[in-house]
Amino acid sequence: MNKARTNPFNTVAMHGALILYTLIALFPVFVILINSFKTRKAIFREPLALPDAESFSLIGYQTVMKQGDFFLYFQNSMIVTVASLFFVLLFGAMAAFALAEYRFKGNTLMGLYLALGIMIPIRIGTVAILEMMVASGLVNTLWALILVYTAQGLPLAVFILSEFMRQVSDDLKNAARVDGLSEYAIFFQLVLPLVRPAMATVAVFNMIPIWNDLWFPLILAPAEETKTLTLGSQVFIGQFVTDWNAVLSALSMAILPVLVLYVIFSRQLIRGLTSGAVK
Amino acid sequence: MQRARTRWHIAVFLAPAVLVYTAVMIFPLFNTLRLALYSKVDQERIYVGLDNFRTLFFDPIWSEQFWNALGNNFWFFIVHMLVQNPIGVALAAVLSHPRLRFAALYRSAIFIPTILSFVIVGFAWKLILSPIWGIAPSILDFVGLKSLFAPWLGKEEYALTTLALISVWQFVGIPMMLIYAALLSIPQEILEAGEVDGITGLSAFWKIKLPLILPSIGIISILTFVGNFNAFDLIYASQGALAGPDYSTDILGTFMYRTFFGFQLQLGDPHMGSAIAGGMFAIILIGVCIYLFGIQTRMRRYQM
Repeated sequence: MNKARTNPFNTVAMHGALILYTLIALFPVFVILINSFKTRKAIFREPLALPDAESFSLIGYQTVMKQGDFFLYFQNSMIVTVASLFFVLLFGAMAAFALAEYRFKGNTLMGLYLALGIMIPIRIGTVAILEMMVASGLVNTLWALILVYTAQGLPLAVFILSEFMRQVSDDLKNAARVDGLSEYAIFFQLVLPLVRPAMATVAVFNMIPIWNDLWFPLILAPAEETKTLTLGSQVFIGQFVTDWNAVLSALSMAILPVLVLYVIFSRQLIRGLTSGAVK
Repeated sequence: MQRARTRWHIAVFLAPAVLVYTAVMIFPLFNTLRLALYSKVDQERIYVGLDNFRTLFFDPIWSEQFWNALGNNFWFFIVHMLVQNPIGVALAAVLSHPRLRFAALYRSAIFIPTILSFVIVGFAWKLILSPIWGIAPSILDFVGLKSLFAPWLGKEEYALTTLALISVWQFVGIPMMLIYAALLSIPQEILEAGEVDGITGLSAFWKIKLPLILPSIGIISILTFVGNFNAFDLIYASQGALAGPDYSTDILGTFMYRTFFGFQLQLGDPHMGSAIAGGMFAIILIGVCIYLFGIQTRMRRYQM
């Protein structure tokens, strides 16, 4: 054991520091959530008090439900995120398999080309992306967003997945080849199931930035029917700045799905982050 | 083995990723750089060479905004480097203590702000810091520092730093996690060998662990750099496209958005917008190159 003699004072100091920082991290979220359930008066009189029988009110949520089309926004966000993740994983795994499995001319070069996008943000090309989407009629469709997020997610996906695919045993694949399996069957039936943990890591890494992005929905799909939850809440809150109940409720409703996703996937995410997948 | 046949399956495996990536990312990137060399005159697109860049850097109307945004962006980055990364390292150092209880709980809780969208973070802090609601002043009052309160987001001299600190609050989880992973991968034997030589506690951190995690700190720095120089969402969500008060929180992302997309009465100008994107591209490229060739290759990596 390292540090067999931890003195109790140190332990208390460490917990103290961590608790303090945890409070700082959670305080704003907590304040927003509790106040979204209070009457307007209570929000201002006792901002830090929990809602009680007297101050409890759902007026904010009612306004949000009446005014904003949050279910539509939520659905759009869902479609965009799920579809983008699907394409990132499928295309990324296919390319990663080609790079990891076969020796061919230009393999290294192709790997470098695909890795370029890890460091260079796709936003730099926004002007031309918008022009392209306008020209192809994809502007104000969810496809525009799905395409952009797929392209944005691919470089890191290929990089991480090819690292993992190199670890899949050659004997296994060669045995499958002797049995007459095609290269496609080897990829889909043999390799993909084996790298499932890595796929989950890639999915979780990509999910949060896609769900939370404001830039591309604002520029490529600002129409009412294609607003994502992030853009929708931004616009809604902008319109209702003075209606504190509505703003707090809208914020809470935007926090909730992400929080639920986080609780479901946090182990995966933290394992991915700490397994050294991003080095 | 199968040299003789053309191996079509390689092409099939590569094609979708390469096509989407090239068409939606690489091609628009270069196309944007190309558009920066054009201008629109009477509805017609004409080649103007480097004129847009000349306007951007030297025409007083533009250059003042550009240098302001660039300077603000550097300050934004410096605050992250000085506050976010040290706090992240410190939290990771405490969390990686071998016999700390509830480490997983702390870790998950501290990471929560990172998963929230900028819109939520921006508005939540705007409300908390608002003098109308009074949460910030009453908390300061509680610790006896009420006199320090000011409407930080509304004052030119504080707004940018305040936003940078909000962004630090949001993203401190990322350096924390990466450093935490690096610290866990240090083999016990090294630490025990240090202990035999009498190096424990804080001095073990400074003398043994810190040198070993320097490569991870390098990666975090470049991630912070790239992230900060294409930041946009937080400023837009909390201060609007005009990055008020009086452009004091304007960074390259908001400047580019305003320029190419237009706002209120000003029409968008895709060509000037492209020129700004070109500038951002150059800055990020320089930063990445300094990291790859100047820092990463010189950093001593220890075999662990």
